[in-house]
Amino acid sequence: MIEFHLESRSGVPTYLQLVQQVRQAVRLGILSPGDQLPTVKEVVSSLAINPNTVLRAYRELDLEGVVDGRRGVGTFVREQPPPLSADAVKRLRAELTRWAAEARAAGLDADAMAALFGDVVRTPAARRVA
Amino acid sequence: MNALELDGLGKRYGSKWALRDCTLEVPAGTVTALVGPNGAGKTTLLQLAVGLTRPSAGSVGVLGLSPQRDARELLPRVGFVAQEHPLHRGFTIAEMLRLGRELNPRWDDALARERIERLELARGQRVGKLSGGQQAQVALTLALAKRPELLLLDEPVASLDPLARREFLTMLMEAVSEGGITVVLSSHILADLERVCDHLVILSHAQTQLAGPIDDVVASHRVLTAPRTDPATVARVHQVIRESHTERQTTLLVRANGHVYDACWEIHPVDLEEIVLAYLGYAPAPLLREAVAG
Repeated sequence: MIEFHLESRSGVPTYLQLVQQVRQAVRLGILSPGDQLPTVKEVVSSLAINPNTVLRAYRELDLEGVVDGRRGVGTFVREQPPPLSADAVKRLRAELTRWAAEARAAGLDADAMAALFGDVVRTPAARRVA
Repeated sequence: MNALELDGLGKRYGSKWALRDCTLEVPAGTVTALVGPNGAGKTTLLQLAVGLTRPSAGSVGVLGLSPQRDARELLPRVGFVAQEHPLHRGFTIAEMLRLGRELNPRWDDALARERIERLELARGQRVGKLSGGQQAQVALTLALAKRPELLLLDEPVASLDPLARREFLTMLMEAVSEGGITVVLSSHILADLERVCDHLVILSHAQTQLAGPIDDVVASHRVLTAPRTDPATVARVHQVIRESHTERQTTLLVRANGHVYDACWEIHPVDLEEIVLAYLGYAPAPLLREAVAG
């Protein structure tokens, strides 16, 4: 089980803070496949936060495939897909390098590229294709 | 479905508008913060919603009904805790609960008793002898035991210390997590709002300045900084809420229309408190150095 904490002045929406903490805990092995996340009521009682915020975070994690929300039972960490093969990483990196050169030629700096990249990655259409 | 719908709502006292041209929707199941300085119209808005006062203009819909025409049907379904948690100070807690039971057809006595027990209050204690935090908790208990579909709270935590405030909000959020309730609370204290509320309405000078889901509000506002420049190009795409300049630098707080790609500006996230302050017209004081130089 993990315990959430909040940084109220970070400018990061509360639901996203919860999402990031679960992702991080999974990445670090603090949470393993099959582990249950705290119930909405438990999170609400410990942090005095809006239950809709917790629901939104759990829904987001479910969409990303990090957890599996089972109605009336709980939210559980899923088996994570194996990391990408070295070949795939190499190919994707080469494509991205080409893209970055093109973006630089168009006048975008690193921050503008990161913003654009983040925007594309987060749009629902990209998620469906992925 | 919306728990609360205001359409062009206005209230005038004499020649002065306490609330003017207010149009907004509060979706069912949400927790909405009504934020603004004292005198901005928050209490007026809540009183109009609960039918304590009549609109001078526009209309109010509460759970699809009118607080005026359908008061008999509506009142048992709406909870209202006014400022300073009015309770009968000479009554004991047991007497307050009995009053609640007699007056409210949907009264949930088990819920009321369970909550009083959790607060570790004796039923024989007189309400007037309780601390401010305890009185707030008792007032909330009474309101929740009505099993309201819409709960309106006017400055519920303004008079509470941080510990009592957290306990009060925990109790409120636990009630929300059980479902079936929409909450609108007014506050001039910004702390805690971001964690407790999912929707925000900013009121000032009797008018709505901004209304929407808090996550969207936070995500759509940015602070932009650049060497001193004319913000006109930014203002064509994004809504500039506040601008300030030193002799070297320009700082803007904007409501971004999509992402800001302009490489001239450094882009920073901004917290809810800063956003609210900007809408309320708060501008940072100019630097003294600049005043001397200028």
